[in-house]
Amino acid sequence: MLKQIQQLGANTLGTLQGLGRATLMLFGALWGRPRPLKNWHLYMKQIYVVGVLSLLIILVSGLFIGMVLALQGYTVLAKFGAEQMLGPLVALSLLRELGPVVTALLFAGRAGSALTAEIGLMKATEQLSSMEMMAVDPLRRVIAPRFWAGVISMPLLALIFNAVGILGGHLVGVDWLGVDGGGYWSAMQANVDFQQDVVNGVIKSIVFAFVVTVIALHKGFDAVPTSEGISQATTQTVVTASLAVLGFDFVLTAVMFGG
Amino acid sequence: MEFGLDKPLVDIQNLTFRRGERVIYDDMSMQFQRGKVTAIMGPSGIGKTTLLRLIGGQLKPDSGKILFEGADIPSLNRQELYQARKKMSMLFQSGALFTEMSVFDNVAFPIREHTRLPEAIIRTMVLMKLEAVGLRGARDLMPAELSGGMARRAALARAIALDPQLIMYDEPFAGQDPISMGVIVRLIRSLNDALGLTSIVVSHDVAEVMSIADYVYVVAERRVIGHGTPEQLRQHESPLVQQFLQGQADGPVPFHFKAADYATELMELSR
Repeated sequence: MLKQIQQLGANTLGTLQGLGRATLMLFGALWGRPRPLKNWHLYMKQIYVVGVLSLLIILVSGLFIGMVLALQGYTVLAKFGAEQMLGPLVALSLLRELGPVVTALLFAGRAGSALTAEIGLMKATEQLSSMEMMAVDPLRRVIAPRFWAGVISMPLLALIFNAVGILGGHLVGVDWLGVDGGGYWSAMQANVDFQQDVVNGVIKSIVFAFVVTVIALHKGFDAVPTSEGISQATTQTVVTASLAVLGFDFVLTAVMFGG
Repeated sequence: MEFGLDKPLVDIQNLTFRRGERVIYDDMSMQFQRGKVTAIMGPSGIGKTTLLRLIGGQLKPDSGKILFEGADIPSLNRQELYQARKKMSMLFQSGALFTEMSVFDNVAFPIREHTRLPEAIIRTMVLMKLEAVGLRGARDLMPAELSGGMARRAALARAIALDPQLIMYDEPFAGQDPISMGVIVRLIRSLNDALGLTSIVVSHDVAEVMSIADYVYVVAERRVIGHGTPEQLRQHESPLVQQFLQGQADGPVPFHFKAADYATELMELSR
């Protein structure tokens, strides 16, 4: 019993220390005068690696989730003769919840794990140390561009996910199941509020982008520099980031749509 | 800062460093004279790499001073430390080349980061450094395509890219075949003399070190157990130094890691 309490205390302390180190890392990376002009090619490269290369998985997932939503939604709505509400159902589900959340989860698996592994390996092969010895701050040179790439890319990916999902819903609902096409769009227009639904969704996505990217970078930067350490760090990134996204999603949903 | 050329470039005074409970260095002092190749030898696991990291300011000692050009490295603020690091350079054991860049870009990296020179001049500088280590022809290769010895030479070219005053070699001979070993031995000496560098070589390869070093420190058991020119060391009366230089398995540095009494521990199992 005493041992378990000790363990709990140790885990809590460990988590808090980790949070502290992550904050310090972020502070070190972002503090001071940013030099995007000098390093713009680094930022571009990271946005390509983190964002553009995640497009495929986002497009395919968005399309299929939109199609499934329409299919499931249609069966229920049809029972009440409310098929024309399929548009708002698909759009609201995607904009408010599925778009930001699923994008963040996919992003954690696709880009987050890659970031952790890359930085962990750079640490293990002393690349970060050697950069430091060359008087180049690895936080600014390595961490900062990846952080901004994540924070910029993910909300854009979520918007793309939403758009493709809505088209997928149209594909199934209108083109296959025969819901009225004009009704699909006009009901959506009438029921989706820009501020309440679209903007809030984007805000969620920015928060998730921050959380996932920071976790991925921190786990890599903090990884034990061995093959086992890096494999653990990569797993932890995906698990921690996914759980954090779901947790934050609940809180944000309660604040945004709970009242 | 004005600083006498006759003073050592790096002066370590009464350094104590602990890692957790374990004392790595206890009240240790050493000097590294300008323009000389100074070697630090000692058995593995006594923290020779740690010493280089202390000099580079990547670790902080528990007490003592590490003077580089008269400035105490551990007490410098971040900006001063980065300024000091521009004058020093370190060759890591693994080479630590940036894997996503070609050899050329690796060598150009510190120049591009710290200067605003036009690309044509950078090209000339990089080619000169690569020529010095014999890898001018390999400039377009990626680090993964290099052999271990070549990677270390490429890293050496990168380390001298900005003409540092001090260069620290971490186990430069470890895991090298005899030919690349010979090449690196020659490079350390010739670069030191041609560029007017001060070199610190950390190694446990006795023969190679004794052949190039001007001065040698032998470190064991948390302190310097002997120092002098290679010639003086060969005559050293300390049995510890002699054990190390001659590579005897057992002696004052015990073969066994510190442990409880053997017989007692074996008997514990049967209890």
